[in-house]
Amino acid sequence: MELLSGGDILIRALKDAGVKDVWGYPGGAALHIYDALYRQDDVFHILVRHEQAAVHAADGFSRATGEVGTALVTSGPGATNAITGIATAYMDSIPMVVISGQVPLSKIGQDAFQETDMVGVSRPIVKHSFLVTRAEDIAETIAKAYYIASTGRPGPVVVDIPKDVTDPSYKVAYEWPTETKMRSYQPTDKGHRGQIKRAVKTLLGAKRPVIYTGGGIVIDNAAEHLIALAKKLNFPVTNTLMGLGGYPGTDQQYLGMLGMHGTYEANTAMHHADVIFAVGARFDDRVTNDLEKFCPHATIIHVDVDPTTVSKNIEAHIPIVGTCTSVLTEMLSIAEQLDIEPDAEALAEWWQQIDQWRADKGIYTESRYEPSSGTCIKPQDVIKMLYKITGGEAIVTSDVGQHQMFAAQYYLFDKPRMWINSGGLGTMGFGLPAAMGCKRAFPDTDVACVTGEGSIQMCIQELSTCTQHNLPVKIINLNNAALGMVRQWQDMNYSSRYSESVYEDSLPDFVKLAEAYGHVGMKITHLDELEEKMRECFAMKDRTVFMDICVDRSEHVYPMQVPGGSMRDLWLNKTERA
Amino acid sequence: MKRIISILLENESGALSRVVGLFSQRGYNIDTLTVAPTDDDTLSRLTLTTQGDDHMAEQIVKQLHKLIDTIKVVDLTVGPHIERELMLVKLKASDNDIRAEVKSCVEIFRGTIVDVTPNTYTVQLAGDSEKLDAFIEAVREIGIMEVVRSGVSGIARGDKFLRV
Ligand SMILES: Cc1ncc(C[n+]2csc(CCOP(=O)(O)OP(=O)(O)O)c2C)c(N)n1
Ligand SMILES: [Mg+2]
Repeated sequence: MELLSGGDILIRALKDAGVKDVWGYPGGAALHIYDALYRQDDVFHILVRHEQAAVHAADGFSRATGEVGTALVTSGPGATNAITGIATAYMDSIPMVVISGQVPLSKIGQDAFQETDMVGVSRPIVKHSFLVTRAEDIAETIAKAYYIASTGRPGPVVVDIPKDVTDPSYKVAYEWPTETKMRSYQPTDKGHRGQIKRAVKTLLGAKRPVIYTGGGIVIDNAAEHLIALAKKLNFPVTNTLMGLGGYPGTDQQYLGMLGMHGTYEANTAMHHADVIFAVGARFDDRVTNDLEKFCPHATIIHVDVDPTTVSKNIEAHIPIVGTCTSVLTEMLSIAEQLDIEPDAEALAEWWQQIDQWRADKGIYTESRYEPSSGTCIKPQDVIKMLYKITGGEAIVTSDVGQHQMFAAQYYLFDKPRMWINSGGLGTMGFGLPAAMGCKRAFPDTDVACVTGEGSIQMCIQELSTCTQHNLPVKIINLNNAALGMVRQWQDMNYSSRYSESVYEDSLPDFVKLAEAYGHVGMKITHLDELEEKMRECFAMKDRTVFMDICVDRSEHVYPMQVPGGSMRDLWLNKTERA
Repeated sequence: MKRIISILLENESGALSRVVGLFSQRGYNIDTLTVAPTDDDTLSRLTLTTQGDDHMAEQIVKQLHKLIDTIKVVDLTVGPHIERELMLVKLKASDNDIRAEVKSCVEIFRGTIVDVTPNTYTVQLAGDSEKLDAFIEAVREIGIMEVVRSGVSGIARGDKFLRV
């Protein structure tokens, strides 16, 4: 058997775990590992400019591909810089392994230089973590880490490795475990058959059903199963922010996003539903509004792979614990066996009602927002233009704020893994590094980062990574010269007292900034330039382009749920309430 | 209501801190906690008590189960079970009347006096938490110097058992 050092074992184990790319940043405690990386060609390392970005990039890669993303950081500040990225992945159940260097075992607990208790600091935001204490344990730990990260409800796993464990002078036999089994970890797969049958019968008897799906459909690659069932039943479907693309955005049965900034038609349909079929969604507070007033008439069927999610916020009448794919597959086959058809008459009436809502105050009706003109470019129209020019085929990452909501509302995602955003943690700074991860995974696909001048500045340094590693992403900066979403809340709740949400005079010249990094910068101030410039931007296939687009500063995101109300209590614009 | 939750846990570094961390992270209280390796030293058995309604207890059990290191979790309170706690109490006992009173109290509660000095008695008592509380009340007037309680250990009655 081959004898290898801990550092070499780690890299070999990564290769055997199927890892091709590692996003990272070196430092003292990780130097043996970096030396091992240098001496091989199997695992490619991408040097970022901040550890937060390494984790977001690995995360973006994972969301776009479904594979486990990998980040590598050093101890102390490297590890703590990674924390925001780990928390982001944790909240959205993204499979990821973060490897951190640690001070040598003998120094742990001594307040050594760059010592941080990484396992302790990351504990509440990881699916699991390991502190490796022997070179002999590295391969098995890495195998377990990837297994845990990617199975059940996925999530980030931290592997903390003290420097002496990767010491080049200590060599041990390398063996990649053929099988990973853990007596304490056996994720559920198939749901309870009796419950599934009950659920199918309830669905078939429904008169005003809504299928409400979330990120679980995307993560579990269950979109096709969802489409098959929704088509068979002819039920309306709404997606959460995390679930966009899980059901085709352009399909007639699609009601748009639900929740705080969800469509009038989706939220109103939810409120009046008699059966709600929730799959891979978690009744988040950004969806339900006031729990007491949530969907008063509905029988709730809840499918999720994580038992703690089921009946956590809303008591499910029919709880089912299982993966989205397995449960939906079984439901379809049961629906086909049962000799019951959905109530066509009731459904026709329900659809008529829904179409009425759509026509009255639907998200795509003319009157949702004032049209753009001249130098007043509406952010919504920028997203519509992006959709038009990319043919709906781009991977769109976003940051957090108004621009994120406009992107979610107006870019119609027909396929999963095309919409990449930090839904759970709402992390500004996510968009650009996540776009890098996506571009790395799909070099031939257009990758657009829809961002704001606030968010982009939280990880702007990654423009340098784009240069070094040739990651030609397109940055669509909806520049409203403010922390727009904060300002919107201040308009609505604090009599427009803009406490620390404006900084107009100090914004950088983004065109020069892009150029300083070797990229192309464009500034758009007039509607007439928008289409042509954006076409130019996407025609430059091998360049990173920063489009700084000055949008209407006074625009708010609507609809918006009225705090403390039910799903359907919405502001439709600054003066109109539903 | 009071809940007694039993957990079979991998006896690994960090495992206990994950259990404890979960409680503070999710806003649950831990009233008592006991933990020790079992006959199989790769496993720890942990008993903790907390307060909560059915919904909360269900969530706690599910959340505990979700931790990668936990092998089995049960809420003992839902079925017949045995609850035991060990207590050591050091009492002021210098004059003879008081010494006699303590002795009779210890007898009534089926405890034992495990250490004696001219000025103190140290009493050992095992039982459910209510019994220990009652003893404390009974001797409070006498003068308690120190109380050490182990926290609750629990086991289900009958044929049910928690094992891998
Ligand atoms: C790291 C971080 N800090 C603070 C916030 C709170 N926050 C949410 S949206 C927002 C404003 C974002 O501004 P910008 O990126 O310009 O987007 P806009 O809303 O203007 O489109 C802020 C500060 C956050 N989500 N993330
Ligand atoms: Mg802004």
